Amino acid sequence: MNRLAVFFGSDFLYRFRTDPVAVGATVVLGLFVLAAVFAPWLSGMNPHDPAQIDIMNSEIPPVWQDGGAPAFPFGTDAQGRDLLSAILYGLRISITIGIFAVMVQMTLGIVIGLVSGYLGGKVDAFFMRLADIQLSMSTLMLAIVALAVFQAAFGAELFADMAIIMLILVIGIAEWPQYARTIRASVLAERKKEYVEAARVIGLSAPVIMVRHILPNTLSPLLVISTVQVANAIISEAALSFLGLGMPVTKPSLGSLISAGFEYIFSGSWWITTIPAIVLIVLILSINLLGDWLRDVLNPRLYKG
Amino acid sequence: MALLDVRDLVVEFPTRHGTLTALSGISFSVDKGERVGIVGESGAGKSVAAFAILNLLSRPGRIAGGSITFEGQDLTQLSTQRMRAVRGNRISMIFQDPMMTLNPVLTIGTQMIETLKAHRDISEAEARRIAITRLGEVKIPSPEKRLDSYPHELSGGMRQRVVIAIALLTEPALIIADEPTTALDVTIQAEIMSLMLALCKSHGVGLILITHDLAVVSQVTQRVVVLYAGRVVESGETGRVVHNPVHPYTRGLLAALPGEAPPGARLTQIRGTMPSLNAIPEGCPFHPRCDYVQDRCRQAEPALDSLDGHLVRCVRAHELMAGQAA
Amino acid sequence: MAFVAFFIKRLLQAALVMFVISLIGFSIQDNLGDPLRELVGQSVSEAERQALRDEMGLNDPFLVQYWRFLGNAVQGDLGDSYFFKRPALEVIADKFPATLDLVIGATLIIVLVSIPMGCYCAIRPKDALARTVMGASIVGISIPVFLTAIFLIYVFSVNLGWLASFGRGENLVEILPGWETGFLTLEGLAHLVLPSIALSSIMLPLFIRLIRSEMMEVLEQDYIRFAWAKGLAPRRVWFLHAFKNTLLPVITVGGVQVGTMLAYTILTETVFQWPGLGFMFIEAVTRVDTPLIIAYIIVVGLIFVVTNTVVDLIYTMVNPTVRMVGAQT
Repeated sequence: MNRLAVFFGSDFLYRFRTDPVAVGATVVLGLFVLAAVFAPWLSGMNPHDPAQIDIMNSEIPPVWQDGGAPAFPFGTDAQGRDLLSAILYGLRISITIGIFAVMVQMTLGIVIGLVSGYLGGKVDAFFMRLADIQLSMSTLMLAIVALAVFQAAFGAELFADMAIIMLILVIGIAEWPQYARTIRASVLAERKKEYVEAARVIGLSAPVIMVRHILPNTLSPLLVISTVQVANAIISEAALSFLGLGMPVTKPSLGSLISAGFEYIFSGSWWITTIPAIVLIVLILSINLLGDWLRDVLNPRLYKG
Repeated sequence: MALLDVRDLVVEFPTRHGTLTALSGISFSVDKGERVGIVGESGAGKSVAAFAILNLLSRPGRIAGGSITFEGQDLTQLSTQRMRAVRGNRISMIFQDPMMTLNPVLTIGTQMIETLKAHRDISEAEARRIAITRLGEVKIPSPEKRLDSYPHELSGGMRQRVVIAIALLTEPALIIADEPTTALDVTIQAEIMSLMLALCKSHGVGLILITHDLAVVSQVTQRVVVLYAGRVVESGETGRVVHNPVHPYTRGLLAALPGEAPPGARLTQIRGTMPSLNAIPEGCPFHPRCDYVQDRCRQAEPALDSLDGHLVRCVRAHELMAGQAA
Repeated sequence: MAFVAFFIKRLLQAALVMFVISLIGFSIQDNLGDPLRELVGQSVSEAERQALRDEMGLNDPFLVQYWRFLGNAVQGDLGDSYFFKRPALEVIADKFPATLDLVIGATLIIVLVSIPMGCYCAIRPKDALARTVMGASIVGISIPVFLTAIFLIYVFSVNLGWLASFGRGENLVEILPGWETGFLTLEGLAHLVLPSIALSSIMLPLFIRLIRSEMMEVLEQDYIRFAWAKGLAPRRVWFLHAFKNTLLPVITVGGVQVGTMLAYTILTETVFQWPGLGFMFIEAVTRVDTPLIIAYIIVVGLIFVVTNTVVDLIYTMVNPTVRMVGAQT
């Protein structure tokens, strides 16, 4: 707890308060998260419930344009869904996938990093080589191929039901190396330290001691990596959904909303794509700005490449 | 006229928490062909002085006052263009760590020839010939082959020889060597130092030797300047300063040398550490560590007094010199 | 000698990766749909079916089947596309030049813009232009590729009508047998501009930031200070001494980005309906065209392995210290 107190000590908070970009990004991000959490209460309708959708309401422009209706502030999409409700629910799905995918990455990465760094030798060589290869393959490529194969194998309907879990798993599994390398590096650094030796001498289990020391030490790199990774996971999810390999149109994430609206851009219904796109960009941008700020302030030693 | 005359040089580092003064008005000079030592603990401002002369202070450092007159022109007033014609040409520099000084991705030859070509209008072949001559002078075996080597193919000692050869390429008037042997193995330190001494003598080039080691200073230099917390505390002829040090700090440095202690005896140390630049004590900056401290030392900073040519910044200089202080 | 050993080691690793990819490709073939139904339809009796299965070797043990798959693959036979009714590799060869054009276009943009911008931002970090570039770059990496693509189409094609929004155009020039490029005609270029920009849109800011941070780190090194102390011209210090050292980590990261670039071609081609590999792959997925899916995975795996090996070799050539390490082992 002491460490945490130091970590969030006065300098950190002071630099946060005096940086308008950091404060702005946090406020925007906070609003988005709140909107996602309270989506069902903020929405005019449940966009996942076909019974509430009236096809007669399709392609109504936003309320500030001619022909807009007050019931649909951001207008409606091609199926007659209230765009605001769809965006709120989509935000919810995108953020959920982003956070859970990063939790999968982190868990895998921490476990592999600890094991790899502690055992060393062949186990370490194997995992680090695997990490190299996997990093060079690109998450998005792996995810596209994996999801394409799943979709072809399970058929579109079953896939649609499982999409959210598949996305979390695929994005999660594809990105563990970042975490594993960082954890492993600090395990290697800690192993050399005397307290590990001392702990062994007095009969304490070295792994337990190390975990208790390593995890607090890696707090700042993990925080910086995680911020960037959440942004990346949300981008990946959006890209996959845009390709039709992610969330189905019946339960759209921001990516699938954009995808569904794309063809209407040519016929003038710009809002179906543009408004979710702006939400998505602002969401990612605020996370990235926060990540950049954290990197500058905490300045952790990160793994490149 | 002196070759180099540094007058009241002030160097500051503006930071978020206020301006740090790394050098607060130091003065010293180097005559043609003269070898001068600058001595002090780390943090005293030795390296800052060296980089200030070449106007190569790392950011955000800046020269805030004083003058640096070299061959009749004030280096602090020169345009970047004219300053570049001085660097590596009239004044060369030798850095502390030869492992870090040479560019790892360029050959020794490239790094030598580019220096010549930057300052002379000569052909590649001519530059190559000069480079080979210099490598020979620093006793590098088969210098022609070494031109095509990369730095990592040479040992630390060899690399420092290459750096010395580069420093000599353009026949400069002055070489500034910043702790040139500290990063080397003890066994080759003496070798490199005597090589430098011999080359400085044979080329008639002036030398500023920056070091914390008074023993080396007494072997190599003719005059010495002792720095403490960005100030000159004592300076004079090397022999006089080393054999009859006056300032308590210089005395402390000398007493800390292993050679000064009888075998088996404990080495004496100056108690405490160099104050950091944002916490320099009132009065004489050395007073918290001084064995001869008096009340007045805490009040005002003493001036640099001349005791027939031997400069000392201490209120008790006369007593100390006469051996009366206790 | 050391170099040869290094080369062989890299080749072995590449072969191992290709082996894993082929195994994955093969298992997909085994599990995606029934090849028999695709070939003969429903109206065949169970006995005939079994006979056909035997004849086609579908009842052989897994290893035998895999060996046959591998043998065929090495000979360039990855089966026929269900949709195009042609050998899958032939379809890929047809689509390949379009993707190549796009990748070349994007790479040109990235290299030509990121190097000067990155260097500039490193040399003058506090300058207004550098700050603007850095600010713009964080916005750049926050906009997904497909959104940039849509945005470009909306502005330059739908609203302004300056550039084409889909396809490659008609006027292409065959510069090598089988490679028709759009770079040599105005029409081809008009079609190439938007997709190339879209494809480079995330990597460009990423590379600017990477080059900047690497170069700033290099500029702090002792050897750069020594170069200044030698009185070298700024040009030489920045663009030889500093840049050459900056290049090493950038090349490594660049090699890693090949896979990402291929993933982005899928997005870009889908938006622009660019008749290349990526668009073909997404269509093959929706059509469950298994042989084409497998062929794509294997070809992309090959591209990835080859480029990574080449990047490693380039790295060895640029970095003198790597050769040394090799020589010691």
